[in-house]
Amino acid sequence: MSDILAQVATNTESNKNAGNAILYECVLTIMAIEAIGGLRVLAINILGRFLGNRDNNIRYVALNTLIKVVAVDTQAVQRHRTTIVECVKDSDISIRRRALELVCALVNESNVKTLTKELLEYLKVSDPEFKPDLTTKICYLVQKFFPNKRWYIDQMIKVMVEAGRFVKDDISRALLLLISNAAELQGYTVRSLYNAFQKWDGQESLAQVTVWCIGEYGEMLVHHMNELDGEEPVTVTEADTVDVLELVLKDFRASSTTRAFALTALLKVSSRFPSCTERIKALVLQYKGSLVLELQQRSIEFTSILSKHENIKASLVEKMPVLDEATYIAKKVDAADVAFSTDSKSVPATVLPAVPVANGPTKSKSGTNALMDLLNLNVDEASTPSAPQTRKSAGDVLLDLLGGNSSFTSPLVASPVQGPSGGADALLDLLSIGNATSQTTSSPLSTLEPFPQRNPEAASQKPSNPVPDLLSQNTVSSQKDSYSSFTADFKKSSIPGAGFDLLGDLGIGSASSISTTGPVYPPIVAFQSSGLTVSFEFSKQSTNLPATVIHATYTNTSSNTYTDVIFQAAVPKFMQLQLEPASGNVLPANSSGTVTQVIRVNNSQHGQKSLVMRIRVSYKINGQEVLEQGQVNNFPPGL
Amino acid sequence: MIHFVLLFSRQGKVRLTKWYSPYSQKERTKAIRELSGGILPRGPKLCNFVDWRGLKVVYKRYASLYFCMCIDSEDNELECLEIIHHYVQILDRYFGNVCELDLIFNFHKAYFILDEVLIAGELQESSKKSVARVIAAQDSMVDAAKEQMASLSNIIAQATR
Repeated sequence: MSDILAQVATNTESNKNAGNAILYECVLTIMAIEAIGGLRVLAINILGRFLGNRDNNIRYVALNTLIKVVAVDTQAVQRHRTTIVECVKDSDISIRRRALELVCALVNESNVKTLTKELLEYLKVSDPEFKPDLTTKICYLVQKFFPNKRWYIDQMIKVMVEAGRFVKDDISRALLLLISNAAELQGYTVRSLYNAFQKWDGQESLAQVTVWCIGEYGEMLVHHMNELDGEEPVTVTEADTVDVLELVLKDFRASSTTRAFALTALLKVSSRFPSCTERIKALVLQYKGSLVLELQQRSIEFTSILSKHENIKASLVEKMPVLDEATYIAKKVDAADVAFSTDSKSVPATVLPAVPVANGPTKSKSGTNALMDLLNLNVDEASTPSAPQTRKSAGDVLLDLLGGNSSFTSPLVASPVQGPSGGADALLDLLSIGNATSQTTSSPLSTLEPFPQRNPEAASQKPSNPVPDLLSQNTVSSQKDSYSSFTADFKKSSIPGAGFDLLGDLGIGSASSISTTGPVYPPIVAFQSSGLTVSFEFSKQSTNLPATVIHATYTNTSSNTYTDVIFQAAVPKFMQLQLEPASGNVLPANSSGTVTQVIRVNNSQHGQKSLVMRIRVSYKINGQEVLEQGQVNNFPPGL
Repeated sequence: MIHFVLLFSRQGKVRLTKWYSPYSQKERTKAIRELSGGILPRGPKLCNFVDWRGLKVVYKRYASLYFCMCIDSEDNELECLEIIHHYVQILDRYFGNVCELDLIFNFHKAYFILDEVLIAGELQESSKKSVARVIAAQDSMVDAAKEQMASLSNIIAQATR
């Protein structure tokens, strides 16, 4: 058979279409029988000859077949590379498409530079319907075969300048990833981007990348850090950087995502270049009433930071830690896990200050814990004290405030925690933010209390607060006992957000039904003093043994009426505690009335340790404050 | 295999269709509409192969008529071009310098010739001479039958006079 094929192939004259048809059929047959050696070389030579034919049909057919051949034998096709690149510029669109595909299949490390150069040249003159394909292919090539990072960045900048509109989001994210990983090139990158930006024409990807880099590495731009050889020095003042950002913000072609990038970058720049803060404030303030919720939210948050929280601003917008590529890729695949995936992608973790794996004596804020816990309704972890604490540091409260998407950087373990925290921030923001931060003082590790303890008194203390503060975001006192800290003194705390309250309500409201289907325990008298009796009744669901619902009843055994009764409880670290609002805060004298409250306890070491609790009750007699505290040790075993 | 053959004019009027694959009436009109819409605007320098619904359509323009054939994606397109040319040459030889008018007024003959050349979507007769001979034989049979009809009617007319 190979003899016949060889004979036919050599003897057929190819000036007529019929002859070419026969030769083409021969080639197809040779490929189909997967011949090796001379016969295949013959076939590829025929195809090469076809490529040089002036007839479009023949060239089309040749390109089509070569795509299949290149999978089998790349070397042989490399010889015809120049002809193929010529075909990319042909007038017939089907030939162009086929040639482009073939070129991409032919690229390897050695020829990628020349090929990319040619393709970029062509990109400038190609017609608009072909540009998206060409751009995607060029980006793909560059991404796969770049010999060094500097070249990669250069090519990507060129592509973005030429055809920024067609560069897809994930390509620009990958570029940002690479830039953050290449510490020595960051200065060079931001300077080249600045130069390229002078020719900006509304390309979205260029705007996003430039804005992000200026935000992160602005000081390298202004102070000429890390200059590489052969770089022309360019003088950029701080005002220039803000100019760039302003330009992007004001341009009508910028999408909301780009504007969101720009707002974040403005915040970062204001921390790096304090001289421009006033101007930046004015710029950010303009978006306070924006119809796009994301922009409005950011504008208000950032304005608040810029005006009231100067002290934490610096730690907030420190340099981002190096984005981990493997995590990024895993996250991309897993985008659904992140609570605010679209947002988080567009705000590449702007606010994470320190390296996430800091396991030291981290300061956790019960305020943020509470917020996170609010949304732990959706996430099942919740009870690991270690996870959130690994990522707490000075700016943490604000980290949560500003929806730090730490999905890129934190180890995957902590990611479910950040989901809710991202969510918490949005909620926080929704319902007036900011004050939380000013009171939280440092405290030792505290347990995650699923719902912070409510305080009915707070409502009466703060009549100006329209929504009674049910979730008091309170600081923890600095008792260093083995128990977790008490919830704080309400006088000190100015309640941060009405927001928490609404949601606290939501959360607790949903779980308010008490089921008594579980094992039954006898009620106990938890605490007794000369004026006050506290008794507990227990119920437990058989399906959820570690959780117990306690009905607490307070009785006033003295002859004075108690007003402003506040009950507080604390539990050791292996337990979690939730207090629901008490039925009232006035205890009439001589046991004539009672106040009840529902307490939910979750014992993560159910079966191994039994419950213990410290309680503290404060109340007023004729305006005089009285405080009583004690420990409840007589819980029935097995709770 | 060839799935269908389609002939249409520059104005988009269909002159001949032959279907070798099952296409319902609706699908047929849809295919015709799509293809004429896709092929008519193409410029002269573009190549003659179009991808359509996973199949290839090979077309060739002769004067004011477009000859289209839809083939499988593995088939040889150059071969299909040759088949189209083969068919046109036979028509040309039969009608003598064939033009579109010939096909409009003698479309039944065009179908006869096509059925000689293609069967079930494959090339059946690659010799122009054989096709010409066979079609000529058919024509002479038709003439003889006409004559017979004419003479019969003469006899009947005479008989009933």
